[in-house]
Amino acid sequence: MQRTNTYIKKIEKDHARFRDIIRGQVRKDLRKYIANGEMLGRKGKYTVSIPLPQLRTPTFRYGKNDRTGVGQGEGDVGTPIAPGDPAAPGPGAGDSPGQHVLEVDLTLDELAQILGEELALPRIKPKDRSSILIEHTKYTGISRVGPESLRHFKRTYKEALKRAVAMGTYDPDNPMLIPVREDKRYRSWKIKEVPQNNAVILYMMDVSGSMGDEQKEIVRIEAFWIDTWLRSQYKKLETRYVVHDAAAKEVDRETFYHLKESGGTKISSAYQLCSEMIRKDYSPVEWNVYPFHFSDGDNWGSEDTRKCMEILENELFPRTNVFCYGQVKSAYGSGQFKKDLDEKFVRHEHLITSEIKDKDGIVDSIRDFLGKGK
Amino acid sequence: MRNTERRSRKPLTQADALRRVQDEILGHAMEYGLQPFRTVFELINFDEMNEIASYGGFPTRYPHWRFGMEYEELKKGYAYGLQKIYELVINNDPCYAYLMKSNSMVDQKMVIAHVYGHSDFFRNNMWFSQTNRRMIDEIANHGTRIRRYVEKHGQEAVEGFLDAALSLENLIDYHSVYSPYRKRTRYEFIEEPEAAGPRRFKAEHGYMDRYINPPGFLKEQRRRIEAELQKKRRFPEEPVRDVLEFLIEFAPLDTWQRDVLSIVREEAYYFAPQALTKIMNEGWASYWHAKIMTEKALEASEVVDFADHHASVMGMRPGSVNPYKLGVELWRDIEDRWNRGRFGREYEECDDLAKKKAWDLKLGEGREKIFEVRRIYNDITFIDDFLTKEFCLEHKLFVYKFNAQANRYEIADRDFEAIKQSLLFRLTNMGHPIIVVVDGNFRNRAEMLLKHRHEGVDLDVEEGRDTLRNLHRLWQRPVSLDTVVDDQPKLLSFDGTTFKEEDLASPAA
Repeated sequence: MQRTNTYIKKIEKDHARFRDIIRGQVRKDLRKYIANGEMLGRKGKYTVSIPLPQLRTPTFRYGKNDRTGVGQGEGDVGTPIAPGDPAAPGPGAGDSPGQHVLEVDLTLDELAQILGEELALPRIKPKDRSSILIEHTKYTGISRVGPESLRHFKRTYKEALKRAVAMGTYDPDNPMLIPVREDKRYRSWKIKEVPQNNAVILYMMDVSGSMGDEQKEIVRIEAFWIDTWLRSQYKKLETRYVVHDAAAKEVDRETFYHLKESGGTKISSAYQLCSEMIRKDYSPVEWNVYPFHFSDGDNWGSEDTRKCMEILENELFPRTNVFCYGQVKSAYGSGQFKKDLDEKFVRHEHLITSEIKDKDGIVDSIRDFLGKGK
Repeated sequence: MRNTERRSRKPLTQADALRRVQDEILGHAMEYGLQPFRTVFELINFDEMNEIASYGGFPTRYPHWRFGMEYEELKKGYAYGLQKIYELVINNDPCYAYLMKSNSMVDQKMVIAHVYGHSDFFRNNMWFSQTNRRMIDEIANHGTRIRRYVEKHGQEAVEGFLDAALSLENLIDYHSVYSPYRKRTRYEFIEEPEAAGPRRFKAEHGYMDRYINPPGFLKEQRRRIEAELQKKRRFPEEPVRDVLEFLIEFAPLDTWQRDVLSIVREEAYYFAPQALTKIMNEGWASYWHAKIMTEKALEASEVVDFADHHASVMGMRPGSVNPYKLGVELWRDIEDRWNRGRFGREYEECDDLAKKKAWDLKLGEGREKIFEVRRIYNDITFIDDFLTKEFCLEHKLFVYKFNAQANRYEIADRDFEAIKQSLLFRLTNMGHPIIVVVDGNFRNRAEMLLKHRHEGVDLDVEEGRDTLRNLHRLWQRPVSLDTVVDDQPKLLSFDGTTFKEEDLASPAA
């Protein structure tokens, strides 16, 4: 037992060291050898591949004209057996050199979990709403009776196989099995009553002339991860989208990410609309409300900014879990708005502001927003 | 009555049950003629398994980030259900093996039988004969030494040096691992022989001298002596495969650095035989777990699960070769051929296919043969001697190549010779390019010259440069590598600040 403890600590030290190198905190000389530094990626609609960061020690090894080896299987000369780049190693007996990417299919839940681990995000504590209960069904076990639609094929097959072998009726040359009633296994479930947590995210984005494609891309990526994390925390999550320049309007998701307007900027218009939406649809008694506002920090005069502050203080703070303001750096924006907010609301418990310098800053900004567990 | 009796007995713990199974399986293994080391099994959970596996089986190994990297991969792989380590066994006397607590009993049985196969192989295969059988102690010792250096010289310094050393880890003489004489004793300074004239025979009469000591012969002798001297002046005298050892002896290093380098080298030699016999060793262990399980140890209720798990170990991804599968099938093929006498000239020269197929001399020498093979072969000789045309056909082996135009891998050839060539090439020097030290005093300026013995496949030049940079860190004088890039002989050099790439004259065609 004693020994167990020492080596757990030991590997964790080495692992922490590796993480530090990968994160570029130490040994900057190794930076160029980090492969697939991207932490998380998205693939398909709901699946994601996690590339593992790899740090390679350079060695004398064979290069590009070494892409040959021995395989096994059907096919004539010329039959394709594996795609080339960028899919990495190709076939080969496991010893052919290649990039080290482990592709994993993940649900968004798992992804959010990884996000939580990577960013050390605390679990969000919802406002106490234990009064509203909903029924929650969960498959927990296997039973011998049930509806055919829930039949567990593999278990049933195994039982049938066992029976056939035991009875001596199994014929390896004709391995057909017909399950009888006793063989059949079904998934069984339990119903639990759980308190309901409803949440809504209201995304607001400045689409005025100063917000370029790069700024929108940053907002899009950040919104995706925020969405993913909050979804893992709440069973039912609604998202609403608002864009604004000098006037605000609600749009659908597609438009939100692609719209390009140009005009002045009146942030108060968006806050006004947001406040109305909350008042109409999301009573703070039943809902956890998360407004996110992204802009480059350029507002139309201090008059409008003052109006924004008022709406925030009187309408939004009392009705939301936390109000998040993300300021994307752009070549044209002055970045004044964040400064104004920070000055007016010094460490306000319902406000989080964050500045996103570039794509690399997204991770830190997510941590700013979600790291407080509100 | 029976109930009370059952209750009064202490419940059988998992460890007790496993101990019984272990004894039973060891009994079967010995009956079949296996001679494993005494083997100690440790029962651990998945996280401990991942940790130990990250350290290559040695929990006390020296600290280094690459083990942390390995750990992250194993941990993620396990967490997402992609991979799971079934067995982990250490070549040591006694042999150590780890069992995963959460495995079902049938899995444990299979793993225990498999481990005894490895243990027998470690003990009896010639290529393992020179490995340190107290490696568990030795590695713990390495760990202590390196940790001490870290305390004394700082983590950055030691880790940086280790990184450079590990970058050259594959520059050892893989095919000498069986030799007990790999410690070099050749570099003693021998004084040059004085006045090295050719020996003359004494002539009684002056006029006879011309005939007794013919001038042509004397001249020839003089040249030979001169050449001999020239060779002695060369450094090293003969090209050196064990680049690590050359560095340990001659690079201007601090004592601790020399020690770190020797640790890296020692461990590389320790692990080399396992890589040199991967196909044989995995095949051998799989052969025996299958045999012991199906003929002796399986309970009727376990058959289906065993078949399922055995099949997943033996399974192949389409288009690739699984060393477990290739190994086990080759062992079975050898056994079958020597049982039926399907070898030797008479069999080879028979051109009647039907007759060949039905060939059976009822020799029954199969078992004896496989034990002999497991003693003296390694993967290269194994493939060279026992991969047959019939085997390739039956197992549908092929050579694949990358088709640059279509950006995909394709089946290129099903010819037996081509398959064998390709497998052997992979196994030669364990798939690493062969690189030797040819000159430790290059340009007469204490520079180092390495030569890549080019066998048709180029090096990865980009990475080669980075490796040269690491080599320079150890040698501390300019380093050069003589290689071939796109059919053009080249000299790649690094002098501490800049890389240089020069074309060399093509060797006379």
